[in-house]
Amino acid sequence: MTLLSLHDLSVARGPCQVLSGVRAEVRAGEVIGLLGPNGSGKTTLLRAALGLLAHGGSSSLAQMPPRARARAAAWLPQAREIAWGMPVAALVRLGRLPHGPAGAEAAVARALARMRLQDLRARSATALSGGEQARALIARALAQEAPLLLADEPIAGLDPAAQIGCMQVFAELAAAGGAVVVSLHDLGLAARHCTRLWVLHRGRLVADGAPRAVLTPGLLAEVFQIRAHFADTPDGPVFQPLALLGQ
Amino acid sequence: MRYGALLILLGGLVAALFVASLLLGASSLGPRESLVALFSGDGAAGVVMREIRLPRALLGVLVGGALGLSGAAMQGYLRNPLAEPGLIGTSGSAALGAVLAIHTGAYAAFALALPLAALAGAGLAVALITLLAGREGRALRLILAGIAVSALAGSLTALVLNLAPSPFAAAEIVFWLMGSLADRSMLHVALAAPFAAAGALVLLRQGRGLDALTLGEDAAASLGVSLRRLRLGVVLGSAALVGAATAVAGAVGFVGLVVPHLLRRAVGAQPSRLMPAAMLGGAAMLLAADIATRLIAPERDLKLGVLTALVGAPFFLQMIRRMGREGA
Repeated sequence: MTLLSLHDLSVARGPCQVLSGVRAEVRAGEVIGLLGPNGSGKTTLLRAALGLLAHGGSSSLAQMPPRARARAAAWLPQAREIAWGMPVAALVRLGRLPHGPAGAEAAVARALARMRLQDLRARSATALSGGEQARALIARALAQEAPLLLADEPIAGLDPAAQIGCMQVFAELAAAGGAVVVSLHDLGLAARHCTRLWVLHRGRLVADGAPRAVLTPGLLAEVFQIRAHFADTPDGPVFQPLALLGQ
Repeated sequence: MRYGALLILLGGLVAALFVASLLLGASSLGPRESLVALFSGDGAAGVVMREIRLPRALLGVLVGGALGLSGAAMQGYLRNPLAEPGLIGTSGSAALGAVLAIHTGAYAAFALALPLAALAGAGLAVALITLLAGREGRALRLILAGIAVSALAGSLTALVLNLAPSPFAAAEIVFWLMGSLADRSMLHVALAAPFAAAGALVLLRQGRGLDALTLGEDAAASLGVSLRRLRLGVVLGSAALVGAATAVAGAVGFVGLVVPHLLRRAVGAQPSRLMPAAMLGGAAMLLAADIATRLIAPERDLKLGVLTALVGAPFFLQMIRRMGREGA
């Protein structure tokens, strides 16, 4: 089942084309890693796909009415904003806004359990550490229980256990029939935990495929200016960036 | 404390202060005769109760509730505990309208000219702000537009003061600007109540949207909240409330800033829960301040706005100190 399809999605900011001609699809069961250097258009792609940004071309999500879209896709922005110190459980419950009150408590409890936040549920959200706040906000997006989750650098700044835990939660969502598009800078985690990778370079989608097929020496040199070691081990694929090129 | 219990407590406080406001005044009526006179309306006591004390107490509830509620909504919308209902320029423009009515002498010919001019000022400010704030529905341009309109209204008010024909006229304007509930009639109540009620209805309906804004504008929009409609609701609702309050009571500061902050922790910081609580809390604070003006110096006509600001300013300083300590 297709959860998102993008046709020639483009975004211009003044004279500058920040995203051009992106064609892609997301199907149920996928965890798609969205890669690219800073400023390559990852956030712009996700926001335009949701219809939060004026864009050319089309996105299946952007065409939906707001409430229906909120049930079809959850969005986890990169800026981790928590304006008020409400209890963590109340913060997570904000994810239930597009739905009625029915089943809200159960969904909040599931999301808290997934992110291991049960013990913090009554704490004020602004009193948490940065990493705990990030997990609470991920739980908020999970509580929305939309088939598709778009997450913008959700694991930046998390400890290794939380990073792996978060990628595993995404894999579970995909296994349960959903899909996740997650923008990442950690190519190693992307290689291990994503079923597919999209690589953005200067606003264009330059690669779309399985991690092994995408993370080639040529692409790494062209897009990231690095070389890396990629090996298939008994523990799964291992990817380690090694050095900058041209030095 | 449970949320329901808090609302009942605040409601009880408002009711008690309302009765106290009815029972206290210049004429030496006993509590019992006061209430009897209020319900019968007979004789001089009846006139005092129905024409003087009842409108004053009703306006205390109305103005305080309006300021508390619009303050909570504005802080929730701007996601800033230092925001206050006058931030978008409506109270300054309402004051300008009233000051013009005093200056031109229109209000001497027609008693309601002053509140009507104030309401017109608030309406003009809203029109200007919605024009300036752009179509995108983001908060930043609204703040900037509000600051511009506030500054314009403030400088025009100063200009009117500057051009006042006599020191007495200037003093009259200055006293009005300090805010008061004295010598208001049921006509004032009837004029302000529809605006206040409409504004309150509009704001209380924005609770879910304001809650979602806790996560930022982008996340709120992704949850299905229309940022444009939310902003329009907050601007219109708070302008109706602040315009009505300023029109009948003058510029009463700090209630809209302080009350939401005092109650935020107790309601779990959710804007949707804070708004009803701040409405009750604002009514209680204003009734208390108005009673205090009568108790502290009954013969000196102490102004309401002076007292709320006197109570409010130290609290404000304390809040800033605490923010500095927490490094926020």
